Order: sequence, then structure tokens, then C-alpha cells
Amino acid sequence: MATLGFLAAVTVGVAATVLGLLGAVGRAWTLAVPWLVPLGGLELALDPLAGFFLALVGAAVIPASIYAIGYVGGERRGVLAYLGFVVAMCVVPLAANVMTFVIAWELMSLASYFLVLHDRQAGASARAAWVYAVMTHAGLACLLAGMLLLAAWTGSVRFADWSAAGPGLPAGARGLALVLLGLGFASKAGVIPLHVWLPLAHPAAPSHVSALMSGVMIKLGVYGLARASLDWLAPAPTWWGAAVLLAGTVSAVVGILYAVVERDLKRLLAFSSIENIGVILIGLGAGLVFRAVGLGALAVLAIAAALYHVVNHAAFKTLLFLGAGAVVHATGTRNMNRLGGLVKLMPWTAACFVLGAAAISALPPLNGFVSEWLLFQALLQNTRIARLELNLVFTLGLAGLALTSGLTLACFVKAAGITFLAVPRSDAAARAHEAAPSMRVAMILLCVVCALLGLGPTLVLPALAAIASPLVGGAPLPALGDWLTLRVSREFAALSPLALTTALAAALLAPVVLLRLAGAARGTRRYETWGCGRILQTARMEYTATAFSNPFKRVFDFFYRSEKRLDIDFHPESRFFVERIEYGNPTRPIFEDWLYRPVLSALSVVARRARAIQSGSANVYLAYILAALLVLLVLT
Amino acid sequence: MITDVVLALAQALVGAAGAPLLAGVLRTLKARLMGRRGPSPWQPYADLRKLLRKEAVVSTTTSWVFRVTPYVLVATMLVAIVVVPVVASRTALPFAGIILLMYLFLLGTFFLALAGLDSGSAFGGMGSSREVAVAALAEPTVILAVFALALRADTTTLGGIVERFAREPLLAANPGHLLAFAAFFIVMLAETGRLPVDNPATHLELTMIHEAMVLEYSGRYLALVEWAAAMKLFVFLTLLANLFFPWGVPDIVEPVPVLLGLLALAGKLAVLTVALAGLETIIAKLRLFRVPELLAGSFALALLSVTAVFLVP
Amino acid sequence: MLRQLHVALRTGIVTEPAPRDADVERLGVRLGDELRRVFGRSLAIRHVDAGSCNACELEIAALTGPHYDLERFGLHIVASPRHADCLLVTGPVTRNMAEALLRTWEATPHPKLVIAVGDCARDGGIFRGSYAIVGGVGDVVPVDAVVPGCPPSPVAILAGILDVIGRLY
Repeated sequence: MATLGFLAAVTVGVAATVLGLLGAVGRAWTLAVPWLVPLGGLELALDPLAGFFLALVGAAVIPASIYAIGYVGGERRGVLAYLGFVVAMCVVPLAANVMTFVIAWELMSLASYFLVLHDRQAGASARAAWVYAVMTHAGLACLLAGMLLLAAWTGSVRFADWSAAGPGLPAGARGLALVLLGLGFASKAGVIPLHVWLPLAHPAAPSHVSALMSGVMIKLGVYGLARASLDWLAPAPTWWGAAVLLAGTVSAVVGILYAVVERDLKRLLAFSSIENIGVILIGLGAGLVFRAVGLGALAVLAIAAALYHVVNHAAFKTLLFLGAGAVVHATGTRNMNRLGGLVKLMPWTAACFVLGAAAISALPPLNGFVSEWLLFQALLQNTRIARLELNLVFTLGLAGLALTSGLTLACFVKAAGITFLAVPRSDAAARAHEAAPSMRVAMILLCVVCALLGLGPTLVLPALAAIASPLVGGAPLPALGDWLTLRVSREFAALSPLALTTALAAALLAPVVLLRLAGAARGTRRYETWGCGRILQTARMEYTATAFSNPFKRVFDFFYRSEKRLDIDFHPESRFFVERIEYGNPTRPIFEDWLYRPVLSALSVVARRARAIQSGSANVYLAYILAALLVLLVLT
Repeated sequence: MITDVVLALAQALVGAAGAPLLAGVLRTLKARLMGRRGPSPWQPYADLRKLLRKEAVVSTTTSWVFRVTPYVLVATMLVAIVVVPVVASRTALPFAGIILLMYLFLLGTFFLALAGLDSGSAFGGMGSSREVAVAALAEPTVILAVFALALRADTTTLGGIVERFAREPLLAANPGHLLAFAAFFIVMLAETGRLPVDNPATHLELTMIHEAMVLEYSGRYLALVEWAAAMKLFVFLTLLANLFFPWGVPDIVEPVPVLLGLLALAGKLAVLTVALAGLETIIAKLRLFRVPELLAGSFALALLSVTAVFLVP
Repeated sequence: MLRQLHVALRTGIVTEPAPRDADVERLGVRLGDELRRVFGRSLAIRHVDAGSCNACELEIAALTGPHYDLERFGLHIVASPRHADCLLVTGPVTRNMAEALLRTWEATPHPKLVIAVGDCARDGGIFRGSYAIVGGVGDVVPVDAVVPGCPPSPVAILAGILDVIGRLY
């Protein structure tokens, strides 16, 4: 029964992919059912941008649903919510008026809310779902405010009318609408500091759902941002592009800083999603700035690079979440300090996870490298803008992107190394089993996608540029080289993934051949790990996730503000004997402490004040109504 | 196409065969400065030859990651050598820029750090953790420092930068160039595991970075790892020599200019090696947790050098 | 710092000429051509303290200094038995260190040499017969050469090592 549900989801995914790809190459399609819902009716429209995101959702749903067949193992609960979630995500990019959009958006949020609550016994899940519900509805409130304002100013609830009327609106109004819509979409995308729900909700959901939430749902926030600033309110002002770029930089750096010290595998992946959203926004922001200053070709390049990273992140983050899910399924824990040694027990999962980790660390010749390379090239060309303040913003973006790439590597060496390598750190990890066949198929599928996206940017990028081009006012397609070599701005930069891969493969063969030619000894003896001759060697002597990230905690101490807690129980007879030692070195979340806590406490103070007028007596309420009427009469 | 393949092979030959000599000369020079006679400059070759004839002892806790890593390391370094302008400003992969080069190094670091964790010993984990921490801070600095040059040369390909600066030396006459050089030099010390960041001759596990990760390697695997480390030193010194002092690097691939270019490179490398040996003699190793301050400082220098591109036209 | 460099440059080389064979008394060398062919001019040494009083350690430490400078012969001391070709064992093998010594020997890849340095390492020395020791190094792992002395001088140790690998410049 559950299997049937997931097969249905696969079908939806295939259909969405096909329809989306058709849309992405320029096939237009609309559907209007005016009587179905009030205020404009149901209205769907397919254009290249919508098609791109629709195809993205569909393509991620296919492996996630195949995976789910083995992962949930016939449990029926949650299947309906999953289907609803999938369908809602497919409808969001297609929505062509406010009502359709809001219904799809809310359905997507509600379905994922129930999926986060899936493990309802756990207190953490309940709290995660609660925070998620609050944040997503705060975001929705911003979205609704922005959309209703736009509807009021343009006199239409259809998005197409907004695009037409947008340029005519006063600058202040457009700015206000952009900020409101931006806040709403950014909260869904998990942009810092609106990210607090993400590291709670993504790990709490079942892994195939986490994969979709991290892989594609938050991308719909990016879709919204792109739609609002490149379509509805185009052309967006320069400051808006710069703001998006800076927000992306902050998200990227802060997201990865939190990820690198995390010891919960799925939370680590969730924080890394925040980082990748940041990277995408750096590209989008750069594109917006280029567009605003009239550099159309560069804007196309930056936006195409951002879209490339959207696809890539969907591929490897889905893969990594599925891998993490297989680990959780096999061991029952997400705490990396209790994992280890899984490479021998679940070799397929380990290989897929290592490949995903290499891809997300942007290592050549995989897909992450191509999109980061493109983003670097797009950012570097800010020299063509002759405005110092914008140049400095771009330089910050470059520095942030460079810093992020190094930290990502550290983060994923830790995730893959501590989880899968060496010796199991707990009995649960020692008894792990390989993932079910359907789970393996899904992961291998995604590995292939990661490799292909890394090899074929010369085919993919022109298609993405064709999607980006109409969004920046029909700027001409920049020349992007031939099938072999990707070229950026003629002589500025080039990349040939195929030549690079060939060179790497040849270079990998070289040491094998050379060793053979040199007549190297081929004997191998297996013996225990060198531990200075120590007789008792246990898994407790391995480095843990906490230990691994300690250098980062010390280096970025000003940011983590971690506190050391050492709690020792001595033996009653002598202080030289210790009964129990507890050591903790938790980081303090600065956004929760400095942003949310003041806001929430102010809110509760106001609420307490407001309680004074709530006496509970009907007479007093009647008096309020009378007073309100009088005031209104006097005012009008 | 054929020129490219020949060029690639020539560069790989020069780099792969010459790298151990560079490491050996550095060791001899350092010994001389300490008043010792020191090993012969050819010592690394004898070491490699010996390691190839020994069996390999592989830990029972390790997996395929451990065994694949030495090959990947050598492969990334070979490609890195092909990518850097060694004998001519044009390289076999002419598109290659600093981003590709840095990510190639990161590919090696990724596997080496995983291999360090794979052995399950505290030393390996410690080495990996420190190595990625250093790489995470050093790698963005290299990228930014070279961007400062790339923006002035208006191309990000390494060969293009070398050509442009060789043609117009005045481009280099600005404070940004100096800042970039300083940043790059500091990071070169960190990336190649030299003093004051890491001591290549240490025997004390607690102070190790690179060495701690490779404690488990033996026989042919160790030979590959050490060869790769020598190649990394070669690549960084060559990059420093040809990128910041691009004079003498031929822009055509013909036998005579290429040989002259090789001579020029040998001269520049000799100067750099002497400087490095002198530096390693007079400075002490930094405390491990002071290293990030050094690296953060060089990151700031690199950022300034990029900013200088806009501030000082 | 510059003063340091100045001193370094002015001092020049203080390394002594290599010792001659006759300076050293040597015992029980069992070494084939095969080993000589393998090691050539390169030998990585791992030092194992199996319970020494540290007198031998001081002499070994002197080897790495400018005076004796073992690096000029292609010898160097390494941090892991995995990298080593030769174990330089000092001290009587105490009961606590016997297992560790054996594991170190196992951890060293073939072909490998063991050199027992000092009288204690030969047969227990003044600790012979003590309940706390297992015996000489030879009682735990196969020994290729013994350098006697209490402690042996650095020249003797150096000559012992060079003798084992059977070559000098």
C-alpha cells in the first residue's frame, strides 16, 4: 500500500520532470479553472523559469520516492502527507495568481509540517514542528502582505499583470514590496537570520522527506526570490541586488561555520543547506546587480551559475540526506560520535556518501566544482562596474565564497570520515546493515547525476543561460564556448571538464604504471593500527566529531562563543580518584540569543500589557465597541 | 593537440622527476645552515627507491579509502604540474586557472584527511583535523591573492596572467602586488607544511600536522605520498616564481626558448629555495593555535590586495 | 633572527669525518647482499626504548646533531615504525615493554633490521636476572647487530649502524 503511494509519487515526479523540461526549453502552457477557488480561480502557467524549478522538483522526487520504498518498509502513516507535499511542490512554481500560489504554498508547508511531526513521540520533533510552523507562517504573512499590496496597486491578482505593471510603480512601493516578498521567500529558503527552523525541522523529518526539504523545498524560496526580483518587480534596483548578494555571503559563511562544528549528521547537512542557499543567492544577487547596471551578458552568466548551483545542490544534498538516512536506519543514531566503521558494513552507502561529500566540497571533476567555478568567474568580472561601493560588495562576496569552499571541505571530511571510516564507536554502529536495494538504487542514481552534471556543463549551461536570458530583459545569450570547452567572456576564463577528467584519469593511471615499471614490491601485510605499541586499542582512542572540529571552535571562538563545562565527581575518599567526568563545549547560538530572544520577550511583555484591557466582563467589551464606533465616526 | 600532449608530458616529467631534487636541496641547505654536512641533495630519490622495494603494512581497520589515497594524491599533483606554467606560459590545459589548481589540491587534501581518519588512531584523526583546518584558512587566501593578479591581467588563466605581466611589468608596480605576494608566501609555507606552521622534520606526534596523517603509510604507499608532497612543494614554488616574477617564461613552445625558460625557472627556484631554507633556520614553529592568526593575517592581506585593484588603478 | 643567520653562515660545517671500521667492536652481524641492495644509501631508523636508563638515548640524540650528523649517510630517524627500516632498541626489555616491542617489530614492514644498542639491550646488562625484565632484545625479536657499551659512544652506534647496512662513502 505504502509502496503504491511511493510509486504514484515517482509517476508524479516523472511527469513533472517531463513537463518541466518542456517548459524550460520554452514550451508555454497555461491552465485556468476560474470556478475552482475564489479570488481569481486556479491558474497555472508554464514558462522557462517555472519549468526549470518544476523539473528540479520532479527529478528530486523520483530518487527520493524510490528510496522511500525501502526506507519506510510498508509503514502507511505519512504517505498521504508525502504525496500532498510532492504535488504542492510541483504546483508552486506553476502558480500564476495569488490564490493558487498561496494555496499551494500553504499546502506545501502544512504537508511538510506533518512530515516533520512524523516521529511524534520525540519531544524534539514536536518542538521542531512548532518552530517550523511559526516561522513558515510568519514568512507567509510577509508574503501575503507583499502580494496583497501589489494586487492593490496593480489592481490584479494575476502575476502576469504584475510584470506588466511593475515598472510603472513608484520606486518606494516597489522597494517595500520587494522587501516584504524577499523576507517571506528568504524565510522559506533558510537565509540567515531567518534560518532557525531549518536545522530543527530537516533532521526531524524522515530522511526521504529531509532530502526533499533540503534538496528542493527551500529552493522554491529561491524560486520566489528570483520570480519577484526578476519578473514581477523587474528591473530590481541596484541596492536590492547588493542586499541579496550580502545576505547570501552571510548565509554561506555562517551556515558552514555552524555545520562544521555540528555532530548530528542530519543537522550538519541542514546547516550545509543554509550555506548552499547562501552560495546560490550570491550568484542571484550578482546577477541582479549586473542587470541593474546594464551588463546583460554578465547578468545572464551569474544567474545561470546560480541556477546551475541550484541543480547541483539538489543532486548532492538529496544524495547526502539519503545516505545519512541509510545510516540512521541502520544504526538508529544521528550522533556522529557514536558512528564509525560503517564503510565495511555498508560499502555502497559509504561510497555514495563519499562521492556526495566530494561533490558538495566542489572537488573536480564533480558537479559542485563547475558551479562554484562559474560563480567565481561571474563575481570576478565586477571590474566592469565602475562603482567602488559595488566593487567592495563583490569583493566581500568573493572572499565569502572562497572562505566557504575551504570550510565546506573540512565539514564534509568530518561528515564522511567520522561516520564511515575506522572503527565503530558504539554497538549500534557495529551492528549496522547495508541499505535496502531500493535505497541503494536511489543513491547510485544520484551519484550518476552528480558525475554527469560535472562532465557536461558545456551542454547544460547554454540551456540555463537560455532560461536566464529572458529574465534579464532578453539580454543576448553570451558565447559560452563549444561542446568541449566552456568559455566565459572570451579570453577571461575557460574550463573543459572533459579534458580535465581525461587528464585526471591519465594521471591516476600514471602511478600504477610507474610502480609496475619500477618493479615496486607488491606485498601487503595487514596488521593493527600503529598505536605506539599500546596493548589495549579501542574505538575510544579514535578522534570524534567533536574533537575533529575543535580547531575550528578555537579559531572562530569569537563567533561560536562556546563555553567549556567540566564537571568532575571525585571519589569520596581521595581527590586523586575520579568517579565521573563530564565535559561539554557547546556553542551558543547568537541569532537565537541576540535576535529572537529579545523579539520574543518584547512580544510577551506587550502581550502581558495588553492583558490589562481583557477584563472578561461583557459590559466592558460593549463599552470598547461603543468607543471604537465613536472614534471611527469622528475620524471619517 | 600533439603539442599539448608533448607539453603535458614534458611538464609532468620536469615536475615529477625534479620535485624530489627540490625537496632534497632544501634539506641539504637547511643542514648546511645548521652546521651539518647533511644528506646529499639526491637523498629523496634513494629514499623513494628503497620504499618501493619494501612491503606495505596496512592497518586492519582501514578501507579502500586508505589504499586509494596515495594514487589520488599523486594524480592530483601530476595534473597540478600540468596546469601550472612551468616551462612556458602556455600550458597543456590552457584554460586552467587558480580556482582549478586550488580545488585540485583540495581533492588531494580531501582524500588524505579521510585516509588519516581511516586508520582509527588518535594521531591520524589529529592530523586530519589540523590539516583541514589549515587548508580551510589557507586555500581562500591563495585564491584571493591570485585573483588580485588576475583582475589586473584581466584573465583568470594562469598562463594568461604570466604572459600579461611579462609583457607589461609596470602592471606589477603597485602595493596590491606586494600584498598578494606576502599573502601567497605565508600560505605557501602553510600549504606545503613548512615552518612556522608545520615542522617537516618533527618526531613528536603532538606537534604534527601533515606527518600525523601519513604515520600509517609504508612501502610503496609511503613512497607515493612523499613524492606527492615533494610535487606540491614544487608546484607552489614554481607558481610563486612564475606568477610573481614572470620574466624569463617563454610564451612560445619551441625547444630553445623552453630550455632557456627551464634555466630561468631553475634560477628562480634556487633563489626561492635558499630563501626558504634561511627562513626555516631563523624562525621557530608557532604554537598550533597561533597558526590561525598567521593565516587570518594573510587572508586579510589577500583581501586587501584584491581591494587595492579597485582603490589603486 | 638575522644574527642567527649570521652565526649559521659564519660557523660553517662542524661535522667530523666519518669513523673508521676499526674503531668499533661489533658482534653478530647477519646480513645478506639482498638487504644491502635494498637499502642502498637510505635507512630510516625508529628508536625503541624498551626500558633504558636514558643514557643510550642521550648518545643517540647526539647523533642527529652537527657533530656526528647521521643524515649525511642517508640515515634518518623517523616517527613511525611504518616508515622505518631499522629498529634501534635500547635498554633491557622490561616486562611492560616486551609486548610493545614485539608490536613495533610487527608494525615495521619487511625487510627490516634490529640493532640492539648498549649492554642492557644485548643481554640485560646489569639488570640481567632481574624479575622485572624479560632479557635482552634478542629474547623478544630477532636481532641483526649488537652495539655494546654502557652507554656506547655515538661513534660506536653510528659505526654499528653503518656496518649493518655495509657501506660507507
